[in-house]
Amino acid sequence: MEKNKHFLVGIFGDQDDLLHGVEDIRKKGVKIYEVFTPFPVHGLEHALGYQRSWTPKAAFMFGFLGTCLAIIMQVGMMVIDWPMVIGGKPYLAIPDFVPVTFELTVLLASYGMTLTFLFVKGYLPHKVPRIFDIRATDDKHVMAIDLANNSLSEEQIRSILKDVHAEEVYRRDFTDEENQSSFIKYVVDLFTNGVTRSSRIAHHR
Amino acid sequence: MQIVSEVREPLVTGGKTHKDVTEDICKQVEGAPSPAWLASLAASLLALGVGGYYLGDMLWNGIGRWGLNKSVQWAWDITNFVWWVGIGHAGTLISAILLLFRQKWRTSINRAAEAMTIFAVICALFWPIAHMGRPWIGPVWAFPLPNTYGSLWVNFNSPLLWDVFAIGTYFSVSLLFWYVGLVPDFATIRDRATSKISRLMYGILSLGWDGSAKSWMHYEAVSLILAGLSTPLVLSVHTIVSFDFATSVIPGWHTTIFPPYFVAGAIFSGFAMVLTLMLITRKVYHLEDYITIEHIEMMNIIIIVTGSIVGIAYTTELFIAWYSGVEYEQYAFLNRSTGPYWWAYWSMMTCNVISPQLFWIKKIRTSLMWTFVLSIVVNIGMWFERFVIIVTSLHRDYLPSSWTYFIPTMHDVGTYLFTFGLFFTFFFLFAKFFPVINMAEVKAVLKESNSKVYRARRTLVNEPLPSLEETVVEKEA
Repeated sequence: MEKNKHFLVGIFGDQDDLLHGVEDIRKKGVKIYEVFTPFPVHGLEHALGYQRSWTPKAAFMFGFLGTCLAIIMQVGMMVIDWPMVIGGKPYLAIPDFVPVTFELTVLLASYGMTLTFLFVKGYLPHKVPRIFDIRATDDKHVMAIDLANNSLSEEQIRSILKDVHAEEVYRRDFTDEENQSSFIKYVVDLFTNGVTRSSRIAHHR
Repeated sequence: MQIVSEVREPLVTGGKTHKDVTEDICKQVEGAPSPAWLASLAASLLALGVGGYYLGDMLWNGIGRWGLNKSVQWAWDITNFVWWVGIGHAGTLISAILLLFRQKWRTSINRAAEAMTIFAVICALFWPIAHMGRPWIGPVWAFPLPNTYGSLWVNFNSPLLWDVFAIGTYFSVSLLFWYVGLVPDFATIRDRATSKISRLMYGILSLGWDGSAKSWMHYEAVSLILAGLSTPLVLSVHTIVSFDFATSVIPGWHTTIFPPYFVAGAIFSGFAMVLTLMLITRKVYHLEDYITIEHIEMMNIIIIVTGSIVGIAYTTELFIAWYSGVEYEQYAFLNRSTGPYWWAYWSMMTCNVISPQLFWIKKIRTSLMWTFVLSIVVNIGMWFERFVIIVTSLHRDYLPSSWTYFIPTMHDVGTYLFTFGLFFTFFFLFAKFFPVINMAEVKAVLKESNSKVYRARRTLVNEPLPSLEETVVEKEA
């Protein structure tokens, strides 16, 4: 079986059922591909065994870059390139450079971190997401299990999912084209086949 | 009967489920525009048009069209600037500071408050650019760009330049924070969209958000860091705005109390504006279950606190003027309260110091009508505060021969009207096309079993409700 194409999808209604379900399923040796939730469920990242987010480090590095750039800019302009006596102050009036340095630190830290996050995770305007179940942005938690990644059979995983109170369990297959859908193709498809029949949600239940 | 439960009043009432949240909020975006909305938008566009005429005339002929004179060179322009910046302080305070303090009640109001912040900051940014007289070359003066004057740079010793960086950063970061918060909700609307255009547009806006657990983990970390960065940013912005005055040597401006006093005033007027707009939105969109009386009471309590800080600041200013023994300082404050602008000073005192104290009475702070009226009164008061600080400190300088009295012209009023048109046009467009409540965050504070908790509470307070089976059947159907 090819990887990343054949999934078993479990639907959970309540976030506590989901959290316990994730823990129990992982204890039974089933590898979870990903869980899709309509809102952040606290503790889910621990249950899934994810490492801590790297984004705060990115924020620090961009912030530090902002601090350095702000100091270089102000000192370069006010002290090196064109020194002027303003109100009898020294050329290198360090307290006066604090506000702009602070603002540029915040500006670069926040934009640097957020844009890095969006670029690295591929959240860009032209991205066509692969949707397992359309209710994942509404009120259901959707657990996807890659069948090719697990040694257990489909039937075994199906019964495990039922055991942990998944409301629904069904199989979801993606074609190569669906896995790498381009924005242009998606738009053409949307406008020729209409909203309900476009590739993004053709299989939604 | 008295409330006997230890359980707090739920943040969202009415026993809403996650599905209900999606339905209630998306309904506003998906439905056809209501006649009331069209009328409101038309009124805003009219204000924009009429104000635009005066603005155009002012730009063509110069700022001499305003009532400025040889002594009062800053009047309504900078008053309006500070006023709008102040209004733009509540949104980021709600979304950043209250996030850090884990105040979950903010989830129902943060979206609209942040939107209001962004639109208010746009209106604020308009004023310093407009008051340059030749706004088309404004960016050349304000930004450190290479230029033809032998690379003469901008002056980093000047608080006016700090302002450019502070407000520019504040606007950019607030916009980013707001947009990041909108992404999951755009994905919800995208997945429900029935028309091709809206599916495509909300698809682009949602950046292909899929709600995966890993992304939510990063997203939560990003939100927390953005909140941590925005918190000192909010406090820095109005501090730096107050430096515009405090670092000068004009009596009445040259005081070290300005930064905390301006920040408190900004939060005060920002919350008042949030209340004015939220009470209308709540009524029109039937969001009574999301923005409950408890939310309104919380905001009113913040208004009492910040209003009292403002009151103490006014008193401290008077005391320090007397205690300093500086004749000019003393005259500036005596002139404020008893000089030709006494009416502005006492309007400010009544609206800002006395009126919010009414919120100590529980009946008043939980009454919609009182809250609505007082929220407008507070913003009138805060406009007068800036007018008093700016105009009364300038109109009588050291030379009695140059003492003047500022009288606004139609162009002052018209340009002010223009910014109102701008603000409300943006706000009404937002209220129609964007989700006015942060669905993902409200769902996160709403336990699926909320309906059961709600029922349990109602049973405790002896209010009859349909049987549990009936409600469950209704929800499933």
